[in-house]
Amino acid sequence: MATINMLQAINQALDIAMAEDERVLCFGEDVGSFGGVFRATSHLQEKYGKARCFNTPLVEQGIVGFANGLAAQGSVPVAEIQFADYIFPAFDQIVNETAKFRYRSGDLFNVGGLTIRAPYGGGISGGHYHSQSPEAYFAHTPGIKIVVPRNPYEAKGLLLASIRDPDPVLFFEPKRLYRAAVGEVPEEDYQLPIGEAEVTKEGSDITLVGWGAQMEVIDKAVELAEKEGISCEVIDLRSILPWDEDTIAESVLKTGRLVITHEAPRTGGFAAEISAAIQERCFLYLESPIERVTGLDTPFPLTLEKEYLPDHLKILEAIRASVNF
Amino acid sequence: MTTTARTHQPEFLSGDEFSIPTYGVLAQDGSLYEGADEPDLDKAKALRIYHSMIVTRVLDERMLAAQRQGRLSFYMQCTGEEAAVIGSAAALDDDDMIMAQYREQGALAYRGFTFDEFMNQLFGNEMDYGKGRQMPIHYGSRKLHYMTISSPLATQIPQATGYAYGQKLAGEGLCTIVYFGEGAASEGDFHAALNMAAVHEAPVIFFCRNNGYAISTPSVEQFAADGVAPRAFGYRMHVIRVDGNDILAVYRATQRARELAVKDNKPVLIEAMTYRLAAHSSSDDPSGYRSRKEEEVWRDKDPIRRMRSWLEHKGWWDDDQEKSLQERLRAEVLETMKRAEKRPPPPLDSLVTDVYADVTPALQRQLDQLKWHIRRHPEAYPRGARSLDPVLASADNTDDQGGE
Repeated sequence: MATINMLQAINQALDIAMAEDERVLCFGEDVGSFGGVFRATSHLQEKYGKARCFNTPLVEQGIVGFANGLAAQGSVPVAEIQFADYIFPAFDQIVNETAKFRYRSGDLFNVGGLTIRAPYGGGISGGHYHSQSPEAYFAHTPGIKIVVPRNPYEAKGLLLASIRDPDPVLFFEPKRLYRAAVGEVPEEDYQLPIGEAEVTKEGSDITLVGWGAQMEVIDKAVELAEKEGISCEVIDLRSILPWDEDTIAESVLKTGRLVITHEAPRTGGFAAEISAAIQERCFLYLESPIERVTGLDTPFPLTLEKEYLPDHLKILEAIRASVNF
Repeated sequence: MTTTARTHQPEFLSGDEFSIPTYGVLAQDGSLYEGADEPDLDKAKALRIYHSMIVTRVLDERMLAAQRQGRLSFYMQCTGEEAAVIGSAAALDDDDMIMAQYREQGALAYRGFTFDEFMNQLFGNEMDYGKGRQMPIHYGSRKLHYMTISSPLATQIPQATGYAYGQKLAGEGLCTIVYFGEGAASEGDFHAALNMAAVHEAPVIFFCRNNGYAISTPSVEQFAADGVAPRAFGYRMHVIRVDGNDILAVYRATQRARELAVKDNKPVLIEAMTYRLAAHSSSDDPSGYRSRKEEEVWRDKDPIRRMRSWLEHKGWWDDDQEKSLQERLRAEVLETMKRAEKRPPPPLDSLVTDVYADVTPALQRQLDQLKWHIRRHPEAYPRGARSLDPVLASADNTDDQGGE
């Protein structure tokens, strides 16, 4: 198996999908011959032509509106929004159109073929318009799926699954890991399940839940906690919508403790939803209050980014607080 | 890319002196303007168009009355814009995609949507293709290539560009027409759609019904320019302005637009100058913002009367035919309305289907919980309770004497 980074894994997934099905199209700002500002779409235009891989004008609502129409027609668009921070001009097209197409038409029409890719998250000295994690805004909208991969292997398998999924998918890529995350990835075609969380490490004292770039941070915290004799179970949620309540509940019934972490601001963040749902299902089994380790309720800062982000030390303290409650 | 001539004085250009002419063929008395050519429109097609106009008007009159009687929650009329909508739809291939805004029931009638199909959607019953999820008038038909209506304004315009681009790649020789009002043309989606269509050469016809008002806002408060048409130049797109109440002009212009779109992959903008004779919707009262006198001026330009005069000139239509068609359609509307009203609502399970391709575990849990609750309080949720109780449900069906 070759060792590649996350961008190469994403590029491989797009390449496989385009080679297999000529209805698959990749487009967005700078996606064409340049290959995207991060190079996720490198060489795709050379291979598949300008009709199937192209630059769009700089208009996010247009990109997603266009993609909705294409998907309704029967094509399989993979639209790129250059940064998740710039997805908001397309918010109406996503929440009012993409998400509701099938429901409002009684399944006469749907845009299930659509995948929207967007790099998200901090840790790249990007300031607040290149660092946001907007998944919770979309998590309130039934009808779309939201997927976040944690490493190159997951990115390839989940992206292929997203492109072939019968529902529209928002695919948020942790851009801090684009080149930083390297791992073994099979060259062939494979898919990972959407809607199923993965227990990446088993343990007995406390459950830790995260997604995307936070998984690496959780692993660091767990290493420190285990040195203190605390046995940690780690879960990668993978899909924010629909989310796998059962896997987390099962784990919490066993450990009695839960820490959830995300980069986005705390209020209305997705950790709040997980926390509420698990409290409903596991109330009598909880040994301590569910802890959240998140960004602050502020816009994302530039200079004090390290202080703002939920890092391994903040997670370690949450683990200690939970265990010593 | 064209090269620009140089100038050495700071001369500003302005759209003030600029105006686009209006293409017209048919005068109000049913005669042709001097110098205008009659389009190639045979008797059968002309009568199909006229029939669809009468269907649309009869439906509109009857359903507005039904709304006033409290039988229907909401309605929107096409009145005054029948020529613009039906004339353009008639110039297309029946397999071309229509993406409408919400006032284009005439196009659907032309394609053959039946009164039963209209009524089932309007009453949101179990036969409604949309399964009772949207307000009345949000029709859709896969069979007739009519995309289900979405309430948010202008969102269908960039979707039409994408749909048309897909049609081009598929090599079907088809195009998409997208309807919208002059108000919707103020939304960012309009710009996004035209710009992307021009850049990517999508076979799409942007059809603006400039009917003078966006709810109560007159077009003079909507834009400072000479209508919507001049914007096409900014995108380097073909454009034509037509008299939207002139069936022959609309038909011919759209025919030509379709050739440009399908044969040359050139998107086209058509601005049809018309007038919304009715209110914006059944919830609106135009007497609050425009004069009776203004409406009268436009009532004299009624597109249906104009077409009828032309048909009579040709010897294709007369008073007797008109009377019998009107009577037949009025009776049919009433009959189908009664039938649709009696049909039960969609089953309770349809609350959670079609959100995703498959019902998710979370949605299934929520539905199960809802059913448990309804069984405890059936009197508070009569519709849901009926669909849970097979005895009550079958009583509903025996009550229904209609059937398709």
